[in-house]
This record gives sequence, structure tokens and C-alpha cells, in this order.
Amino acid sequence: MEKTIAAAARQKNKKAVRLSPRRRVFEVLMRALLYLAAGITAILLLFIIGTILKEGLPKLSLEFLTTEESVIRDTNGILPAIQNTLYVIVVTLLFVLPLGVGAAIYLTEYATNRKLTAAIEFATETLGGIPSILYALVGMLVFCQMLGLGKTLLAGALTLVIMTLPTIIRTTQESLKTVPQGYREGALGLGAGKWHMIRTIVLPGSIDGIVTGCILAVGRIVGESAVLMFTAGMSTTMQDFFQKGGLWESSGGTLTVALYVYAKERADFQLAFSVAVVLLCATLLINLAAKLCGKRLRKK
Amino acid sequence: MKSAEKKVDTFMNKPISAEQDTRRGARKGAAERLMKTVFTVCGFIAIAFVLLITVYLIISGLPAIREVGIGDFLLGTRWEPDHKTDPGLGILPLILTSIYGTAGAIALGVPIGFLTAVYLSKVAPPKVAAVVRTAVDLLAGIPSVVYGLVGMMVLVPAIREHFDLAAGDSLLAAIIVLAVMILPSIISVSENALNAVPREYEEASLALGATELETYFRVSAPAAKSGIAAAVVLGVGRAIGEAMAILMVAGNVANMPSVFKSVKFLTTAVAGEMGYASVGSLHRNALYSIGLVLFLFIMCINVALNVFLKRDKEK
Repeated sequence: MEKTIAAAARQKNKKAVRLSPRRRVFEVLMRALLYLAAGITAILLLFIIGTILKEGLPKLSLEFLTTEESVIRDTNGILPAIQNTLYVIVVTLLFVLPLGVGAAIYLTEYATNRKLTAAIEFATETLGGIPSILYALVGMLVFCQMLGLGKTLLAGALTLVIMTLPTIIRTTQESLKTVPQGYREGALGLGAGKWHMIRTIVLPGSIDGIVTGCILAVGRIVGESAVLMFTAGMSTTMQDFFQKGGLWESSGGTLTVALYVYAKERADFQLAFSVAVVLLCATLLINLAAKLCGKRLRKK
Repeated sequence: MKSAEKKVDTFMNKPISAEQDTRRGARKGAAERLMKTVFTVCGFIAIAFVLLITVYLIISGLPAIREVGIGDFLLGTRWEPDHKTDPGLGILPLILTSIYGTAGAIALGVPIGFLTAVYLSKVAPPKVAAVVRTAVDLLAGIPSVVYGLVGMMVLVPAIREHFDLAAGDSLLAAIIVLAVMILPSIISVSENALNAVPREYEEASLALGATELETYFRVSAPAAKSGIAAAVVLGVGRAIGEAMAILMVAGNVANMPSVFKSVKFLTTAVAGEMGYASVGSLHRNALYSIGLVLFLFIMCINVALNVFLKRDKEK
């Protein structure tokens, strides 16, 4: 749509009446600035990705991804970090999904008091704006100290539940709104109860949005470092989640934390860059998945 | 739906007794009530979390402020919590560093971000715009430690060599990293605002003889100004709250802020010192207090952001 405006404007400019010098300078200068800014953005990204790949790829191998750090076996892998990251993702989603989807359902289907809805939405936005370092502090105080979980992956995941809640609520709410009102009225008119209507009509119709929310939440979890450093520990040894108590007593660093430890504390930059390559690939995959889901959502 | 159908079916074949019907109705009613309660509880959980965070930060943040004195804490210029005999617990250098760092990041990031948004929204051919947009999304998704790593390995040495310094870890490095990190959110929020400008405005401006670019900068941009303001405020929030990336490039010495000096932000003080400040010590409590100060900053920014976004929606 904008294209036609730009095209029309350009055509007009071609046979334009002569512009005054001041306007011509504005025109040329601003156009140059626009291209410059867009160029800077593009070059920045290329530069960052290029640097990461150049430094990180040489050390990247299957062994790096599938072994743990061991002096005896002379391996230097990040399997523990990958495993911890997956654990945190699964546990966080397990808790945040019901809570977030439930909250969104309350807001769109049940809530009748507008002031209350506004208060909840303000709270959600506030949660979305709080920086992760504050979540780290609160998670440490509440989950690690007050609830006595100690520095464990479970405490980290629970903190991330608070952090990712706004993402899930927002995307679910958006997609709940795309379910036509007529479907709801039809279901209610046939005698279905509200919960029945939600379970059979509304939720299946908005599953795409919920999945998109999950993907975005996974993105935040994978990228998070401060929270997990404070609440989940930094060790890089393999955890056995299936031994007794392993599910709630294990502690360890995720990929981002491992990157920080390699870069800042061991000054092993090559390894850090290799972890960065892994993180970059993860980000790319998550973005692609989110985009695909979003596209399906829009088609409806 | 299924049970509704079933009910009709049974009704057709063999009328169900009134007693059976009420029993089923009662069970259904109980499930409905239960789920309503469950959803209501879920609805309030966001408010509960905000209260939890607020209460915890206040409870844990106040003791140190009370012990040091609010004036000395906020305006003291010496942050040396490890000093054996005379620990200094003034966070003015940290506050100023956070403010200067954020201001610098905004000064660098907003013009580039805004112009890129104008390019994407108005000028770029659709295919180019799609590619750049994907790139911007990727920038937004890259974890902050990765920015920190690249900053540490590329930017810091470059600053050291270029300006002939003993060490490149400096406020300047932190500002540049922050500017890059806030770029994606500024671009996407202002692009959305620009896209929402009614087409008629632009057509009218062109018809009146304005050139293409005059239209974008003198008509579209002012029409989208509250959305762009929201983008700036969002950027401020991101920049002031970022911890891990600048922890890796700022040097972490609590100097009064100066472009080429090693500095410590509010966030990096918490992130960097929490690991070794012993539990129960004044140092640790002071870190909680820094958290509280940061929280107050963020709350002000959130309220401002809300105002701008609401104004945008009302239009």
C-alpha cells in the first residue's frame, strides 16, 4: 500500500517542478541519511554474525555438543549446558503455560469489571518491563532463600515463570480475540456452559497463538543469563535428573551462563564464541518458528 | 458441544428422568464454577507477582538505606563496599553512570533506529524490507551475553587502540553495546507507529506538492510521534535495565562517569557483586537497595510508557 504512495511520489518528482535549493538539499540529505541508517543496521548485524561465526566455528564439532568437560577424557563439551537449558525450558513452560493461558482466558472470557481488567493488564505490562536483573534478585530472595530451594535449576525455572508470564498472557489474549464472537454465541446458544465453550470452541481456535507465545517464551529463556546465574548456579558438570531428588536438587549453568563463565572467568574465548554460535543458531530457529506460527495465525 | 448433542439424543430415544437431568446439571454447574474460580485465580496472578516483587524489593532494600542514611546512600560519591576500615556506600557514581550510559545509548540508537524505521516503513522495496526486518528480529533475539562477548573481544580492543588508552573497558564501550541492543526495539515500535499513519495524510501532503521525503518527515513522523515516543521510552527502559552485556565491557570500577573511564552501572553493581557479598552483610543489603532504586526508575519509565501507548491507542 505504501509502495504505491512512494511510487506515485517518485513519478511526480521526476517531472516535478523545480524545487528550491533548500528543499533539494533537504531531499538529498534526508535520503542519504535514511540509506545510511538502514545500512548501519544491516552492517551491524552482518558484522556481529560474521565475528561470531569466524571465531566460533573452528572449534565447533559434534564432540563439542555431545560431551561434557573432562580432563581425564580430554573432552571439552557443552552437553551439560544444553541439558540444563532444556530442563529449564520444559519446567518453565510446564508452569507458565497453564497460568498464562488461564489468565488470558480470564481477561477475555470471564472478566466483567473494566477497572480490574485494566489493573491486571497494567500489572502484566509492568512485569514485561522489569529488567531481568531485578527478577534475579527477587528469585534469589523468594525461591532460593525463603522457600529454601537453594541455587537450583528449579528455582531458576520458577523465577523465569514470573518473567515469561506477560509474554504468554499477551500472545494468548491476542489470539483469543481472533476467535469470532459468533462461535461463542453459537456454543452458548446450544446450551454449552462457559467452560465447555472455552474448552471445545475457543481454545482449539486459538492454539496457534498459544504456540507462538510458547516459542517467544522459549526465546526469552534461552537468552536469559542474569536470572539463571543468580538462581540456578554456574557449574558445568553433568546433572543426573533421574536420580533421587535430581529433578529439584540439580543446579547448573545454561548455555548463556556457560558462555559468561568461559568468557569472563576462564578467558577461554574460543569456547565462548563456539557457545555463541550455538546460541545464534537457536535464536535463528526460534525466530523462524515464531514467524511461521504467526503467518498461520494471520491466515485465519 | 458433544454432551449437548448427547443430551438431545437421549431425549429423543428415551426421555431422561428429571432427577438424572438435575444431577448432570449439578455436576456441570460444579465444573463451571470450579473452572471460573481457577481462571479468576490465574487472572490475578500477574498482580500477585507484581506485589510480590515490590514488597520483596522494599523489605530487603530498606535496611541498608536506613543504616547508611538516604542522603548519604543516594548522594555519596564513594562506592567502596569492600573497604576494610571505612566502607563507602554512596551510589551516586552508579546512578550517574546509569543515566549517562542510557542517555548516550539513546542519543546513538534513536536516530539510527528511527531512520531505519522510516526506511523500512516507507522507502524500502518490499523484498529488501522483509530481509532487513528479519535481520532486525534476529538482532532482537540474540542473547545479551553474546553482545557482551562481541563487545569484549572486538569493541574494547578497538577503543583501546583507537584512543590510545591503557584499557578499553569504558563507558563508551558500554554506550555502544547498549545502543546496538536497544536498536531492534526502537526500530520495530516506531515502524509500527509509522505504518499506522493514515494513508490519506500522506496522499494529501503529496497532492499539496510536498516531496516524498518531506511528506515522511513533516507529515508521517509527526502523526506517529506518540508511538515514536513510546519507542524511545522503551529503549530507555531496556538500556537502564541491561546488566550482563555491559558487565562484560564496562570495566566495573565505580568511577564518576567519564567517557573513557572504567565505570560501574546500577545493574552491573548488583550483577557483579552479588556473587561475593556475604549474606547478611551491609554490602549485600546495599545491593538490595540498589535493586530498589533501579525498580523505582523502571516503574517511572513504565508509567510513562503506558501513557504514551494509551495516547497512541486512543487516536
